Amino acid sequence: MAAVSAEHASRSSERISGIPIDEFPLGVGGTASTAWWGMAFFIITEATLFAYLFFSYYYVGSRHSQWPPHGVPEMRLAVVNTIILVLSSVPMWLADRAVRRGRPALFAPLLGAVLLMGVAFLIIEATEWSRQSFTPATNAYSSLFYTITGFHFAHVTLGLLMIVELLCRALVKRIEVRRPLAVRNVAAYWHFVGVVWVVLFLTIYISPRV
Amino acid sequence: MMRPASRPAHTLAVLGWWLLAISLLVVLIIGLLELIPIFRHRGSTLADTPLVNTPPSTRWIIIGVVLTGFTLIGTFAYSMVVMGETVSPDGQPALTIEIVGHRWWWEARYPRTRSSGSFTTANELHIPVGVPVRLQVASADVIHSFWIPRLHGKIDVIPGVRNQFWIRADSAGRYRGQCAEYCGLQHSNMAVYVTAESADRFRSWLAAQSRPAVVPPDGEAARGVHRFMETCALCHTVRGTEASGVIGPDLTHVASRATIAGGELTNNRGNLAGWVVNAPSLKPGTLMPRIDLEPSELRAVVSYLETLR
Amino acid sequence: MATVAERLATVWEPPRSVYSTLASVDHKVIGKRYLATAFVFLIAGGLEAAVIRAQLTHSNEHLLSPEAYNQLFTMHGLTMIFWYAFPILSGFSNYFFPLMIGSRDMAYPRMNAFSYWCFLFSGVFLYTGYAVGLGPDRGWFAYAPLTERLYAPGINMDFYTLALIFLTISGTVGSINFIVTAFKLRAPGMSLGRLPLFMYGTLTASFSIIFALPSLSVACVFLYLDRKFGTHFFDPVGGGSAILWQHLFWIFGHPWVYIVVLPALSFVSMIVPTFARRPIVGYTWNVLGVVMTGVIGFGVWAHHMFATGLSPMAMSFFSAGSMTVVIPSAISIFVWLATIWQGRVVLTTSMLFALGFIFLFVIGGVSGVVTAATPFDWTITDTYFVVAHIHYVLVGINLFPVIAAFYYWLPKMTGRMLSERLGKWNFWVMFLSFNLGFFPMHISGLLGMPRRIFTYPAGVGWDTVNLITSIGSYIFAIGVLLFVINFFWSLFNGPPAGDNPWDASSLEWATSSPPPPYNFEVIPTIGSRDPLWEERLGMGRRSSLRRGPTLAGSGKETLQTSTLDGEPVAILRMPEDSIWPFIVSLALLAAFYGLVTSVWGLALAGGVLTLVGVHGWLWPSRTAVEA
Repeated sequence: MAAVSAEHASRSSERISGIPIDEFPLGVGGTASTAWWGMAFFIITEATLFAYLFFSYYYVGSRHSQWPPHGVPEMRLAVVNTIILVLSSVPMWLADRAVRRGRPALFAPLLGAVLLMGVAFLIIEATEWSRQSFTPATNAYSSLFYTITGFHFAHVTLGLLMIVELLCRALVKRIEVRRPLAVRNVAAYWHFVGVVWVVLFLTIYISPRV
Repeated sequence: MMRPASRPAHTLAVLGWWLLAISLLVVLIIGLLELIPIFRHRGSTLADTPLVNTPPSTRWIIIGVVLTGFTLIGTFAYSMVVMGETVSPDGQPALTIEIVGHRWWWEARYPRTRSSGSFTTANELHIPVGVPVRLQVASADVIHSFWIPRLHGKIDVIPGVRNQFWIRADSAGRYRGQCAEYCGLQHSNMAVYVTAESADRFRSWLAAQSRPAVVPPDGEAARGVHRFMETCALCHTVRGTEASGVIGPDLTHVASRATIAGGELTNNRGNLAGWVVNAPSLKPGTLMPRIDLEPSELRAVVSYLETLR
Repeated sequence: MATVAERLATVWEPPRSVYSTLASVDHKVIGKRYLATAFVFLIAGGLEAAVIRAQLTHSNEHLLSPEAYNQLFTMHGLTMIFWYAFPILSGFSNYFFPLMIGSRDMAYPRMNAFSYWCFLFSGVFLYTGYAVGLGPDRGWFAYAPLTERLYAPGINMDFYTLALIFLTISGTVGSINFIVTAFKLRAPGMSLGRLPLFMYGTLTASFSIIFALPSLSVACVFLYLDRKFGTHFFDPVGGGSAILWQHLFWIFGHPWVYIVVLPALSFVSMIVPTFARRPIVGYTWNVLGVVMTGVIGFGVWAHHMFATGLSPMAMSFFSAGSMTVVIPSAISIFVWLATIWQGRVVLTTSMLFALGFIFLFVIGGVSGVVTAATPFDWTITDTYFVVAHIHYVLVGINLFPVIAAFYYWLPKMTGRMLSERLGKWNFWVMFLSFNLGFFPMHISGLLGMPRRIFTYPAGVGWDTVNLITSIGSYIFAIGVLLFVINFFWSLFNGPPAGDNPWDASSLEWATSSPPPPYNFEVIPTIGSRDPLWEERLGMGRRSSLRRGPTLAGSGKETLQTSTLDGEPVAILRMPEDSIWPFIVSLALLAAFYGLVTSVWGLALAGGVLTLVGVHGWLWPSRTAVEA
C-alpha cells in the first residue's frame, strides 16, 4: 500500500510482527481506521440526541388528551421529502463505491446529485414550515415540531457542507484512490441523516394517525 | 425522624433508624477491614517490602458481594412495605385541604362541611388530631414543596400538575414546616404552620374561619376600611366586603394568625404596619409593593386589619 | 548521525513559541493544562463555598443578600460538578492514556487540543457572566419553570444554558478520543484483558458521556429557546411540562455523577496494588464492577424525583435500580480490600488518600442507600442530608482519589517527589476536617433543614450543626492549601523522582520522569498486566520494553493495533501542531457571546468563523498521507 520512501529505507532493519517496517501498512482504511470510528461515535451521539428529542415529543404528548392539539398534520410535503432524502442515499452510496473502486470520474457528478437532492429537501422543508398555522411560540406541540424538524434541518445542512467540502477536494484533485475514507465517513453520516428523517416522519406524521 | 408526631412520621422514623443502624454497621465493618491490614504492616516501606506473589483468591469478593446483595434486598423490601403504608392515607381522610403554593406564601382552601362553609386562608392550617387529612397541592407559579417534617414526608407542588398527599398529627400542637424546593429569592422565608387540635376545637375554628368579616361600626378601624378597599382590595380578599383580589393571601381572618409574611414575622401591630407600608424592605423580592400611606392612614388600615379576627 | 532519541525528539517537540503554545497537540501538555485549569476551578468553587458557609454559620445572618447567595450556591455547584470534577479526571487520562498503553499520542491530537480549549473558554464564558453580576442563580440543576423568562428575567440563565452546551462539546469530543485511543492505539500484545484498570474507568465514563450528555444539550436548548424565543417546552400554560426538564436533566445528571467518579475509582485501582505490593486481586471483577455501575447508572434517574408525585410503581422501579447499582460499586470495594489483605500495605501519602477515599466512599454509599429507600427519601430529599451525601461522594470519590493520584503521578510528570511528611499532615487535616464539616449535615437534614436557603431562623435547632460544619469546612480549606504548598515545594525542593519511585508495574513507569515528548523510544510489546513486575512475579520476561520498532521517521508516528487482541495493524502518521482547534474554539466562544446577548450578528459571525475553521482543520496538508 505505502510507497517505499527514503525515511523508511533508513530503518528497514526494523520489523513489526515479522514484517519489515517499510512494507508495513501506513494507515489503514475501512472500518478499522480511527477516522471511521470517530465518525461512528459522532453518529451515535447525534442519534442519542434525536432519541431524547423524540422522547420529549412522546412525553409531552402523553400529558395531553388531544395530541397533536391542532389535529393530525398534513403529510403530502413530508412524504415527498421522505422519498427525496431516502433516494439521495443511492447516489451517495454510489459515490462512495466509485472512489473505492478507483473510478473517480463518477465521483463529482454523483455527489452533485446528492447535493441537489439535499437542497431540494431543505427548500421543501422550509415550505412546510411556512405553510403551518402555528409558530414555534404557539404551544408546546409547535415548539417541539419546529425544534425537532429544525435540528434535522441543521443536520442535513451540515451533511451538505461536508459534501461541498468533498467536492472542493475533488476539484483540487486530493481525492485519489488512496483516499476513500473521507467519502465513506460522509456517506455514513448522510445515510444516518436519512434514517433520522424516517424516524421523525413516523413520529410526527404517522404516529398521530395510528 | 427526630421527633415524629404522627403515625406515618413514626413509621418513617423507624425505617430511618434501621437504615442508620445498617449503615453504621457497614461503615464499621469496612473500616475494620481497612484498619486491620494497615496495623499488621505498619511501618513498612517500599524498600523493605518485596512484591507479594501469592495466588489471588477472589473468594471474599464473592462473599462480600453476596452479603451486600442480601442486605440491599432486605432493605428494599422493608422500604417498599413502608411505602405501601405511608403513601396513602391510613384511613378515611377527615377532610381534603387544597394547598396552592405561591412565591412566597401558602394558600389553603378548606371545603364546606356540615357546620361551616368553604373558605380560604393562608400560611396557618388547622387540622383535627388523630385522623388523616388529604392534601391536594398545586402551584400558582414555580415548583415549591410542602413539608411538615414532624408529620410526614414532603410533596412537590408543581405547576400544571395536581399532586396528592396526606398528613396526620397524633398529638395536639403547633408544627412548623417550610418550603423544600428552591423557588427563588425568598425560598428561605416560606414557612407554614399546622395546628392540630381536638375535633371540637377544630370545628369551632372552621366555623370562625368560614364566617365573613365583620365590618367595624366606627372609629379608626372604620376609617381604615375605606382606605383598604381603595388600595389593598386589588390583591386581597376579605369575604363579606367588596375586596376580592386573589393575588395576595386571603385576609378575612388575618388577625387570627400568629404570623404574617409567609410565616416569617410575628403578627403584631409593628410588623403589620411595616409590612403594609414597605414589604420589600422586610422581604426583598416579595410581590407586595410599597404602599404610599400617610401615617394616619396607615394606623387606620392596621387597626382595621386587627379587627379581622 | 542523530541517535534515535534525538531524531524522535526533533520530530515530537517543536521549538517553543507563541504559536506552539496555542497550537500544541501534545497530549502531555494538554493533560497538564486540564489539571491546572480544573484545579483553578476547584479553588474558585471552594472560595464560593467559603462565603456560603460564612453566611450560614449563624441564624439570621445577613452577610449576603438573597440574590448574591443564590448566585453563589449556583456557581459553586456548577463550578465543582462541571468545571472541576470531570476535567480534572480528563487531565490525568489525557496525560496517561498513551503512556499506559505504550503509545505516543492520543488517537485525535487536534480534537484533544480542541476539547481543552472548549473547556477553558466555556468556563471563561460562565465566569464573565458571574463577574458582571449575571451569574446563573437558579441552582445547578435549574428546575423549570423557575428558570423561565417570566420568573428569571435577565440573562443569567442564558449564561447557564450556553456555558453548559459549550462544555458538552468539550466532553463529547474528549470522550470519543479516549474511546478510540483505548481501542486502537495500544501497544502490540496489550489485549483488553491486559489493559490497565485506569483505562476502564475513563472508558466507561466516556461511553456514558456519549449517551448522557445529549440529554443535557436537549434540555439546555429547550430552555434557551423558551427564554429567548418564547417556546413552551417547560411552560405548563403553553402545554409544556415542568417535569420534562427534570426527566431530561436527571437522565443526564445521574450518569454524570458516575462519570465524575468512575475514572477516579480507577486511579485507586492503580495505586492500591502498588502500595499493597501485589497485582490486583479480582481484575475481571473490578472491570465488571466499573462497567456495570456505568450501565445501571442509566436506569436510576428518577430517584431524584421521588417527591414529585410519581406513581408508586415508578418509584419502586427506581428505588430497586438505585439499590442495585450499589452492588457493582461494592465489587470494587471488595476488590481493593482483598488486594490489601492479600498484600503488604505500605502507607505512603498516596495510599493514605486512597484508603481514606475507600472509607468516605462507603459512608457516601450507605447514605445513598438511605436516600434510595423511597419513603424515607420523602423526609430527606431537598434537605442537608442530601447535601451531606453528595459531598461524601463527590469529595470522597473524586477529590480524595484525585489528591491520591497527584501524590502518585506528579513525580512522573514533574520529575520531583512531594514531601511525604507534609503529605501525611495534608491527609489527616483534610480527612478529619472533612468529616467534621460534612458529617453534621446528615444531622441538620434530619432536623429538617432544607437546601438552598440563604438563612434560617433562630430557635429551630440548626445553629450548632451549622457552626460545626462551617468550622470543619474552613479547616478543610487549609487542608487543600497544604496540598498546594506541597506541590510548589516539590517543584523547588523535591528530591528527583527517577523513573519508577514507587516500584510500580504499569508502562508509564518505564519512561523517564518526566517522559520524553515521544513517550517511548521503542514501541513496547506487552505480555502481561504488570509488565514491570513480570520477572519478580515468576512469570518470566513476557513483555519487551527495550526492543521493538522505533518508528523514528520524518513525521510523528505511532502504532495502531487491533481492538480486542492488540495485534499490530498499521503505522499511524499523527498530525503536527495546529492552530485550528484554538481558532474554532474561539469562534464558538464568540458565537456563544452573541447568543447570550442576543447580538445575532455576532452569533452568526462566530458560526461562520467556526465553519471556516473546521474547513481549515480538515483540509488535508500536502504531507499528510490518508489514514
